[in-house]
Amino acid sequence: MTAFILRRLGFVVLVLVAVSMLVFTITALLPANVAYLILGSFAPPDQVKALELKLGLTDPIWQQYARWAAGFLSGDLGESPLMKRPIAPMLWEAVSRSLMLTGFSFVLIALIGVGLGMLAALRHGRALDHGISIATYIGIAVPEFFWSIVVIIVFASWLGWLPASGYEPMSAGFWVWLTHLIAPTITLVFGHLAHVSRLTRSSMIEVMQSPYVNAARAKGLPERVVVFHHALRNALLPTITVLALDFGRLMGGIVVVETVFAYPGLGRLVVFSIQNRDLPTLQAAILVVAAMYALANLVADLLYAWLNPKIRFGGHVS
Amino acid sequence: MPLQLKAGLVITGVIVLLSLLAPWIAPHPWDTISMRTRFLAPNATYWLGTDEYGRDVLSRLLMGGRLSLAMGASATFVSLAIGVPMGLAAGYFRGWVDEGLMRLADVMMAIPPIMLGLLVLAVTPPALWKTAVAVGFVYIPPIARLTRSVTLSLAGEDFIQAARARAESSSYILFREILPNAWPPLIVEASLRVTYAILLGSALSFLGLGAQPPSSDWGLMIAEARSFLDRAPWLALAPGLAMCLLVIGINLIGDGARERLDPRLKARVGKVS
Repeated sequence: MTAFILRRLGFVVLVLVAVSMLVFTITALLPANVAYLILGSFAPPDQVKALELKLGLTDPIWQQYARWAAGFLSGDLGESPLMKRPIAPMLWEAVSRSLMLTGFSFVLIALIGVGLGMLAALRHGRALDHGISIATYIGIAVPEFFWSIVVIIVFASWLGWLPASGYEPMSAGFWVWLTHLIAPTITLVFGHLAHVSRLTRSSMIEVMQSPYVNAARAKGLPERVVVFHHALRNALLPTITVLALDFGRLMGGIVVVETVFAYPGLGRLVVFSIQNRDLPTLQAAILVVAAMYALANLVADLLYAWLNPKIRFGGHVS
Repeated sequence: MPLQLKAGLVITGVIVLLSLLAPWIAPHPWDTISMRTRFLAPNATYWLGTDEYGRDVLSRLLMGGRLSLAMGASATFVSLAIGVPMGLAAGYFRGWVDEGLMRLADVMMAIPPIMLGLLVLAVTPPALWKTAVAVGFVYIPPIARLTRSVTLSLAGEDFIQAARARAESSSYILFREILPNAWPPLIVEASLRVTYAILLGSALSFLGLGAQPPSSDWGLMIAEARSFLDRAPWLALAPGLAMCLLVIGINLIGDGARERLDPRLKARVGKVS
């Protein structure tokens, strides 16, 4: 198991290095010049030249990359030429806000998704099952940006319960803070519930028909014990992997949702830095997203291995 | 034919037909600005109302359908055109070719699709065809992986051994022997990819990195409608519902086709992307 963890960790590090190269190369192609961004579009050419030289923009790209990577590893992410402030604190602030949003959503997705899936599986073939199936089918088809608009129309314009957008820190009051989180959270939960509940349903149905569940029933165990102690544990195996992958998907989902709700997190930072050609911020933000995405996948792998005795004790891991 | 497949074909067929015929059946011009007819609620003349420039929403919706379909189809074509040869090569040659191509796919999959799309699009000024290419690029890895696994299982078959014994060239074996047998699962996968492509493409348009005004791309229509949710909710609801219908239709086809191709799946409806 330790060797397995180490190997996966090593792989994550390699992927991240490759991602950082990819991100750096793509952003190096951007038709934006940090020197112009700092000095303004109408800066005199000799000043631009001097600044380019000072910032090392005339060096070969691999040198620029090496410098950037070294800075990144030592925790120095540089300064945003657009906002004229260091990137690191800005980025961590955005990350913490996004984590609040994704964390809330993730917990709700897990609870409601598994619950709905189990309910559908136990009522397999009946009206409730069909209802849940249809609802999740629609859930998959509705794009996040449309969900967010529906949420705004219903909860902000129509019912007037929630603010339509923005973010307030906890210091503005717990309730104010919470109400600003609810609308984007609902949107994310709607958009990601379907995968979890559909997978839970299908694996639960499969497990409920398996011999060992029959055996448990034959022993005369109450249905509650059969479902929760015998069936659920195994039925959740594939679900847990999907859940961890969903955490990665949420990192993509926040791009749209944070933009619509004007929620100042990581997703909005990415869109903002693209729109304003703020390359250093963009590079750092995308790399952080990739790191979180990779960690979510790693956790998925490890959980799966840990929960699945075939892998845990078998030694054959691919 | 299973019910889902039938329903999917009907829904998708109607939308495709309406979109293709849009220039002839649209009741009003889709791009004529008329300040007298701004923000009309749905009525007998304008079935889905009018937008902030007095343009007929229904006509715009019909024209936009062509954009969404073209976007989805061309993006999927791009992923297939690059992903399939990648997968064939990886699965057939194995060794370092396989290793290299699949690790490349891993790296691309290490960034959430929408961010990878944003990153690619950030390089140039936005246009819808560029969005289609970027979306196609983003979905290369899953296509390559699927092609690889199909190729791996086909490579051991007798007819491939026979072709090798005849000293056929690698490209002959890949494209004439393996590819024709790999199509069925690839087609099903591609039909599902079309919906991912449409959703991702419209999300990018929504964020301003796709179609540009006055285009009536559905994602862009929803983005523009955001400012008028209080006054004219139909502006956002119409393209949003249209998109959901289209995606549901295509998904039904994909699921139905998959069930027919793979009887093992009959018992389960669960779908993981």
